[in-house]
Amino acid sequence: MIRIAISEAPIDVAAELHALERSGSVATFTGLVRGDDGVNELRLEHYPGATEAALTRIAEEAAARWSLVAATIVHRVGAMRVGERIVFVGAGADHRGAALEACAYLIDRLKTDAPFWKNETRGDVATWVEPRDSDDAAAARWDGS
Amino acid sequence: MTMRVLYFAWVRERIGVGEEEASPPESAKTIADLIDWLATRSDGHAAAFADRTRLRAAIDQDFVLLDTPIAGAREIAIFPPVTGG
Repeated sequence: MIRIAISEAPIDVAAELHALERSGSVATFTGLVRGDDGVNELRLEHYPGATEAALTRIAEEAAARWSLVAATIVHRVGAMRVGERIVFVGAGADHRGAALEACAYLIDRLKTDAPFWKNETRGDVATWVEPRDSDDAAAARWDGS
Repeated sequence: MTMRVLYFAWVRERIGVGEEEASPPESAKTIADLIDWLATRSDGHAAAFADRTRLRAAIDQDFVLLDTPIAGAREIAIFPPVTGG
């Protein structure tokens, strides 16, 4: 079962986790808005239509590669405060190795293959977040293996 | 050939609109050619497209390289590298 959601509403981790519990193992990752370098607001922009297609493709690839029972990708868009959840991914499988690897794959691929852009506000100054080479490297480790 | 062109993040902000119609000349074969042609539309377009290495694109919602032909495209999106998650 694949679940994809893009919404301005807060992410309900308990409900998402419950929906994933259909097998012997569930692994999840939650990303939160960090405030460690003075950020007081984060805004997420996306490409409607293309985003849903990209997330579905990523989840289907993970489901096929690790024979998942369930895969979930939930992403916030719009304005968020420090400490709020931006993204939740989860994978359910018969064994922990598959669930853990698939979970890492989902978040690594999401960073490079889905059309989201982060805008950070510090005080009155808003800046667009630059991509990081480490994100490309994290996604690339899943290629060809 | 008329197509819808979408912009996101700072590309959208510099141009000042999120989308517009474009009817590029026959000589514009690729996304890079389309960007060259769009760059002449306004100072905002020129500013948004000044550094091609910071631009990415999609044709009909699939990510593509800037040298990809645009023949038959209905929707082209031009944006910075993605930073979600």
